[in-house]
Amino acid sequence: MLTIGKHTFHSRLFLGTGKYPSFNIQKQAVEVSETEVLTFAVRRMNIFEESQPNFLEQLDLTKYKLLPNTAGAKTAEEAVRIAKLAKASGLCDMIKVEVIGCDKSLLPDPIETLKASEMLLAEGFTVLPYTSDDVVLAKRLEELGVHAIMPGASPIGSGKGILNPLHLKFIIEQSSVPVIIDAGIGSPKDAAYAMELGADGVLLNTAVSDATDPVKMAIAMKMAIEAGKLGFEAGRISEKNYGVASSPITGLVSS
Amino acid sequence: MIIQLNGKSIQLAETICTVEDLLHSYQLENRIVVVEVNKEILYSELYGTTVLSNGDIVELIHFVGGG
Repeated sequence: MLTIGKHTFHSRLFLGTGKYPSFNIQKQAVEVSETEVLTFAVRRMNIFEESQPNFLEQLDLTKYKLLPNTAGAKTAEEAVRIAKLAKASGLCDMIKVEVIGCDKSLLPDPIETLKASEMLLAEGFTVLPYTSDDVVLAKRLEELGVHAIMPGASPIGSGKGILNPLHLKFIIEQSSVPVIIDAGIGSPKDAAYAMELGADGVLLNTAVSDATDPVKMAIAMKMAIEAGKLGFEAGRISEKNYGVASSPITGLVSS
Repeated sequence: MIIQLNGKSIQLAETICTVEDLLHSYQLENRIVVVEVNKEILYSELYGTTVLSNGDIVELIHFVGGG
């Protein structure tokens, strides 16, 4: 079980809801992923054009917790405004703090992220900041009282997987709040690796939504996260430089 | 009356006085929507009694797909 603030989850997969090829595929992918947390962005309604179906409005909201993000914010103040709008829906109290500091890499602004997290904690939100793999920043966020830390594996949507496992492991080892590896996951091996490092969960979007078969990939990610978690708990063997025989070296038939 | 609605200058019909009227005119009564008037969030209990004024800045916000 994964506990974040007052919320408890069976699933350790947090799924993004952007960029699916169709609503039908998205619905199926969400279903088979068995996720309990769906992320959303907060935007102006497109009221001047023909009404488009809205994915959120088609969901059974008793089955999922919403994790809106503050994507689009470049300052702490903008992030707080977006978070308050999200909470005013009455549908959620969790917020993924996402303050981008570089348009090209989409890496988070550490100073604005820290400031926004502090302001949102004071407002009573359940705060999950998306951050870089900076170990000291993660510590500072935890000291503020955030409810989970969400370090990126690599840039958002890049699919480059885990670039700095050492830093992620440092963050995981030092944190007393859950650590969710967020952003950059490319394939199931990355998700499994994150969990084998000891992460409490994985947040991904593009890796499923942009896969050739998003529904199949959603299943694969669910299984990878479960496998990685079990593997971490089971305790992997230590690495050796040379071969160590698995079969007895005595009683050889040829001798 | 002219208001700024989601970044666009809109001339409102004379029958639209309150935020509730505005939402009704866009058929948004039963949609998941958050209303902001002049940068202040307006809760649904106040839609019927909040009268719009010329120059008001209104934002109608919702959730869309995102990661």
